[in-house]
Amino acid sequence: MSADVYYGIEVVLNGLMTGVMYALVALGFVLIFKASGVFNYAQGVMALFAAQTLVGLQTGQIPFSHLINAMFGLEVHHFGWTLPTVVAIALSLCMMILFAILVEKLVLKHLVNQEPIILFMATIGLAYFLEGFGQLMWGSEIKRLDIGIPQGGNLWIENATAGLGGDDFYGFYIDTLDLYAAGIAILMVAALVLFSQYTRTGRALRAVADDHQAALSVGISLRTIWVIVWSIAGFVALVAGAMWGAKSGVQFSLSLIALKALPVLMLGGFTSIPGAVVGGLIIGVGEKLFEFLIGAPFLGGATENWFAYMLALVFLVFRPQGLFGEKIIERV
Amino acid sequence: MTSEAMQREAAAPGVPVMALNHITLRFGGVTAIKDISFDILEGEVRAIIGPNGAGKSSMLNVISGFYHPQEGEILYRGKPRPAMKPYEIARMGVARTFQNIALFKGMSTLDNIMTGRLVQMKSGLLAQAIWKGAAEREEIEQREKAERIIDFLEIQAIRKAPVGSLPYGMQKRVELGRALVSEPSLLLLDEPMAGMNVEEKEDMSRFILDVNDEFGTTIALIEHDMGVVMDISDRVVVMDYGAKIGDGTPDEVRNDQAVIDAYLGVSHD
Amino acid sequence: MIYREVGEFKTSYRADRQTFPIALDRYAYYTLLAVAFGVVPFLLNDYWVKAIVLPFLIYSIAALGLNILTGYCGQVSLGSGGFMAVGAYSCYKFMTGFDVYLPGEAGEWVRYALPPINVFFSVLLGGVTTALVGILFGLPSLRIKGFYLAVATLAAQFFLVWLFNKWEWAFNYSASGQITAPERAVFGINVTGPSTAPWATYLFCLVFAVLLAILARNLTRGHLGRSWMAIRDMDIAAEIIGVNPLKAKLTAFGISSFYIGIAGALLFAVYLGAVEVGEVYGIQKSFLVLFMVIIGGLGSILGSFLGAAFMVLLPVALKNLLVGQLGWATDIAAHLDFVIVGALIILFLILEPHGLAQLWRTIKQKLRLWPFPH
Repeated sequence: MSADVYYGIEVVLNGLMTGVMYALVALGFVLIFKASGVFNYAQGVMALFAAQTLVGLQTGQIPFSHLINAMFGLEVHHFGWTLPTVVAIALSLCMMILFAILVEKLVLKHLVNQEPIILFMATIGLAYFLEGFGQLMWGSEIKRLDIGIPQGGNLWIENATAGLGGDDFYGFYIDTLDLYAAGIAILMVAALVLFSQYTRTGRALRAVADDHQAALSVGISLRTIWVIVWSIAGFVALVAGAMWGAKSGVQFSLSLIALKALPVLMLGGFTSIPGAVVGGLIIGVGEKLFEFLIGAPFLGGATENWFAYMLALVFLVFRPQGLFGEKIIERV
Repeated sequence: MTSEAMQREAAAPGVPVMALNHITLRFGGVTAIKDISFDILEGEVRAIIGPNGAGKSSMLNVISGFYHPQEGEILYRGKPRPAMKPYEIARMGVARTFQNIALFKGMSTLDNIMTGRLVQMKSGLLAQAIWKGAAEREEIEQREKAERIIDFLEIQAIRKAPVGSLPYGMQKRVELGRALVSEPSLLLLDEPMAGMNVEEKEDMSRFILDVNDEFGTTIALIEHDMGVVMDISDRVVVMDYGAKIGDGTPDEVRNDQAVIDAYLGVSHD
Repeated sequence: MIYREVGEFKTSYRADRQTFPIALDRYAYYTLLAVAFGVVPFLLNDYWVKAIVLPFLIYSIAALGLNILTGYCGQVSLGSGGFMAVGAYSCYKFMTGFDVYLPGEAGEWVRYALPPINVFFSVLLGGVTTALVGILFGLPSLRIKGFYLAVATLAAQFFLVWLFNKWEWAFNYSASGQITAPERAVFGINVTGPSTAPWATYLFCLVFAVLLAILARNLTRGHLGRSWMAIRDMDIAAEIIGVNPLKAKLTAFGISSFYIGIAGALLFAVYLGAVEVGEVYGIQKSFLVLFMVIIGGLGSILGSFLGAAFMVLLPVALKNLLVGQLGWATDIAAHLDFVIVGALIILFLILEPHGLAQLWRTIKQKLRLWPFPH
């Protein structure tokens, strides 16, 4: 086979890796949507905020330093100590749980019976709030995130596949980080599926997702469930934010990944965990392949900005509920 | 039994407005309607009754064109009715109310009733953009028609109230108004008395009979209250488990053993 | 006591359905128009126009458009930025002479061009073009609803921004990819280009805003408006009583895009003068307009104006306060802007989902009874 085909395969493999990352973000959406019917637009910003908190804790940043400096005319930025990664991760998780509690108390509780579109718009407001808040708290410069996972092209794979398509072929370039991310994502999906199927809380989550009233009538506390769900989503956001942040730095564009998760959910169905994974993979591979085959040669490139949405759009027209979602039956 | 027990004389034999022949309706593996045939005569009040889950609402949806049966044919005034979109059927003069009230909660009573006239409102985009002149005249004309129905149903006081804030019985009346204002030839009512007390039922029965008397509208209704059914309908169709088990005048049906068994829950094969 | 409708009995349906049934409202409206057209042009200076008044008028038009689609017809759209871009770029092409390239006899491409069209009509044509594009992207709404439709409009948003980045014909093959509005005049007075008087640009935009607001009022008070609201509230029931969903939704998309396209064209030609599509018409713009509609009030014409005013004034007020008075850095003001907007959106959705317009109606209600409590 010629080198071009191998390049094509490399594109597919990288697409799969990216797809796994998308799936990770989409998972957070699915969880919240399943349990509370809310489409949480803020999931991407949550990932950004989690990553910012992680870096901030790791490097001993003073929260709100910019603001404090401006108010009091000081020039402080760091405490001077650093935290080991594991501790920082644990503390960041606590932060996300605190966030979940506050969101439930201040936002969700008051919007219980509203229509889904109102809830969606509330999460847009939440996203804006958290974005500004995160920048105020940890600053808006791009930060390097190092959580101890090796990065850079994996030499083992490169060497093993060199020469496959001819003497010029250097071997598949696959980032080690992506491999770790894929592994972690698969573990998380497995853990979440096990959790929801076999634990008591998981069962309660599924009950709430099915019917709020019925769940209440068997004694499940809706509010506790929401806090749990948003905390889990916060945890997923932390992992996603850490992975993406390690890959391309902790910066504002991380929050735009949330937007990419939308077409993933369109394809996979809003309520399906395996759907989020499959949808993520399809989108990841699809957009990389399209750019490789058609975008870069014929259309001037940068088609990854919109291809995922177009794909989702076309898909939606023919199958409005996505691959795994529940069929929407309209009754009169 | 309602105290306004108006005696209905047998409807004069007329042209069937609707004839349903061998209708079968399936949803995936569930057969909601099994090979049902009956007709609705011009100017009569036809009740569809049966225990819960018999398929009555599905039957009404078939008549109104919202569901398309897998088998069977529907004749409208003697001619086969092709599968049409719901809004096309509305234009043919079929209006209906819904079991769970399908009013437009964001609008007032008056606006809801005016939506019933949408089919008749013809002014184009440009005319509406300018408003003064043709569009305004048409709006006022249609407003007059809506006001007549509002008078008829005695809901003047709640004209401007947002329908979401109205009590249940009033909402049902507004929904009837919306169906009536389109001057339908066939009116389909899905449990119009549900959730009403005795006075409200009397009022509603009076309205239904008045509509049938004054405008000659053919009416098909689903209803659980046997007293109402016996008093106001000309003929009755009884359904159970998707099949037809009775068809005739209220007296005939009341004494039919199969019907009695169905309501008492006697199992049958 | 002062503001009342006592004694205001209507004796005809026409009087009952007029826009301002209360006499005081009517007079206030006419006075406002008189002041806006007759007095304000003399009071304006360049800063006010540039920072506040022009964006207010332009975004009011955009908010009106989005309100028609999302507030009245219930179709969520996150593509406003992209559609504004369509309006801007098509206006640019009409202003500079719309050209097509057709094959000539010798096989080479021959350029046939329209003459440059007067800026007023270029803006209108920009709106018409956007309406057609809007109808195209509105087609999925027949199969898709709610969030799913929001994603479909996102497809439009990202695609259109990419398109105007790459399609060289659209920016007349300029090297920078930017489009710059050439100097153009209406009745001999410059409204675009570097040497415009503030009152001229103001009046130009004001005319559009007022005409479009009246148009919106007329369209939403008749059967078209009712069919939109019926679809918004319960689309299946709407179809069953005779609303043709295809026609109603596509009309909503078309008219809404017409407004948004005009806003985008005005934003480019009159306000900014030169735009680069990614910066100006990105997804942030879509959210900005959506916030205006939410805060102002869904399904309300007044709300569109109130929401636009709010979102235009807030960052300006913050900047003046924090940077001007307290001397803080501008990025803190920007971050605080996000924090406040986000919090306010949530607050409005909790306390007053019908936005500032409803707040205004409640105040008027209290005014009717004042000084009595009830």
